[in-house]
Amino acid sequence: MNELIYFFNYVVVAGSVTGCIYAIGAVGVTLIYSILRFAHFAHADMMTLGTLAVLLLTLAFPHAGDPLGLPTAIVMLPVAMAFTSLVAVGIDRAFYQPLRSHGVKPIVMVIASLGVTLMLQGLIRLFAGTGSQNLYVDARKEIFRIDVPGVTRPIILTEPQVILFVITIVAVVGLHLFLTRARLGKAMRAMSDNPDLARASGINTRLIITLTWVIAGSLATIAGTLLSLDVAFKPDLSFFLLLPIFAAAIVGGVGHPYGAIAGGFLVGFAETLAVFNWSVLLRPLRDSLPTWLELPSNLALVGTEYKIVVPFFILVAVLIWRPTGIFKGKVI
Amino acid sequence: MTPIIDVRNIRKSFGGLTVIDDCSIQVSKGSITGMIGPNGAGKSTLFNIIAGSLAPDSGEVLLNGQAITQLSANQRFHRGLLRTFQIAHEFSHLTSLENLMMVPPLQEGENLFSTWLRPGEVRRQEAEVRRRALEVLDFVGLSHVRNELAGNLSGGQKKLLELGRTMMTDAEVVLLDEIAAGVNRTLLGDLMGNIERLNRELGYTFLVIEHDMDMIGRLCDPVIVLAQGQVMMEGSIGEIQNNPEVIEAYFGSETA
Repeated sequence: MNELIYFFNYVVVAGSVTGCIYAIGAVGVTLIYSILRFAHFAHADMMTLGTLAVLLLTLAFPHAGDPLGLPTAIVMLPVAMAFTSLVAVGIDRAFYQPLRSHGVKPIVMVIASLGVTLMLQGLIRLFAGTGSQNLYVDARKEIFRIDVPGVTRPIILTEPQVILFVITIVAVVGLHLFLTRARLGKAMRAMSDNPDLARASGINTRLIITLTWVIAGSLATIAGTLLSLDVAFKPDLSFFLLLPIFAAAIVGGVGHPYGAIAGGFLVGFAETLAVFNWSVLLRPLRDSLPTWLELPSNLALVGTEYKIVVPFFILVAVLIWRPTGIFKGKVI
Repeated sequence: MTPIIDVRNIRKSFGGLTVIDDCSIQVSKGSITGMIGPNGAGKSTLFNIIAGSLAPDSGEVLLNGQAITQLSANQRFHRGLLRTFQIAHEFSHLTSLENLMMVPPLQEGENLFSTWLRPGEVRRQEAEVRRRALEVLDFVGLSHVRNELAGNLSGGQKKLLELGRTMMTDAEVVLLDEIAAGVNRTLLGDLMGNIERLNRELGYTFLVIEHDMDMIGRLCDPVIVLAQGQVMMEGSIGEIQNNPEVIEAYFGSETA
């Protein structure tokens, strides 16, 4: 039983955490793609920017969360989301909008977003330095230990993980309701389906583009902050997630938000399972194994340092099986 | 009387190719004006310029005497200038009903704030739009496919849906881009009947690009002939069919 709990802690919980982060990140990437038709490489640094905003606000008001019993970073999250959304809309107006009005090819937009990402990286390091900082300023991370009867090892969940699960569910349900119920959400789907017709139907495409950046900026802030709460704030933390997030978005079907969520969890769990040490689960069988078969101490499929190959393995495998991704991609 | 659409001295070239060369046309209010011309005459380009999907290199477009050259396609829509597409466009992942419900202009739901602040008002409007969309579907004979995804409709049905879209709002001018192409004869009769009714009963003005000369003959007066990016002549269908220049423009390459 101890081994099962170990499995739960190191695979189910860890995989869900990674999956949630990838899913929220991939939804942002996929929404931008479905409306603006380019791969937005600056998304990861938008996550970092949002987290930086949370960090600065938390440093300024370290005890704002105490009366609510929540970490201050969570209380500051909405403010940071608004800030990052504004910056995202500003970036669009300053860099992407002029290119769009010249009708450039998508690859030009992609390169522009690479430029934006480098610029953001520089700016973020200017304010935050290069070291890591804890988002729990003046507070301790709560750790919940849930004892399972008859087992010595408890199930371990940390406070940020619980918050992460709750916020992910709220964000996904909220997005779903917005896209299927709200008129503006339907207009967004319509624009991703057929932009010419959307304009000819009187849909204000500028408003939809602005809204897309607001949603993307907010989701990026959520993903970045929740990740940093679980680990710590580092200027390059989110950047290393860029490739898995894109893998998740593509695996799910580009431009398809539900696909992005599925892709996020698929990639997240695949990564976790690949680095999990399977010999732990086999240890109880040790006594019944023949003597010539010695159980190696590490039976992980890939070493942790090679974790990054897993999303791409999944990507290739899924694309061979379904070239448009798990969900049929391209429109919301 | 000021024409409802007044296109003045439009020029447009793509690369080195001049498609519209100093072209001026006028559409008078309440008319069903036809526009014909050989392939490559610049009909669709002119259409796109009037609708706001393309910007002209020079020249002006006026709607009811007001310059709209700088307005985007969706702003022109809100002034009552609507269009359909040569190849039927639809929101393929929404149902026929939802497709129509996308259309009405200046709906409260599209304003971010009223969505949150006045949900009751938004719901009332939504119900109103739905009622109208159902009426329109009935009018164009698509009631039976209202819950079908628009992407699954036949080509002819998509054309009807296009026409239905123009009926969702109080349009002043509707630009019809080859609405008859790919529509079978029976359906075409319905379509023309609907266009005439909209013109007579609701006062819609139509500007129609069409290759089907029967349809042009039955519906349109006057007819504008476009060739090589310029107006060749304008007149009734009878005048046009007997004009040797027009016949030359249409069949010139074969008779030469």
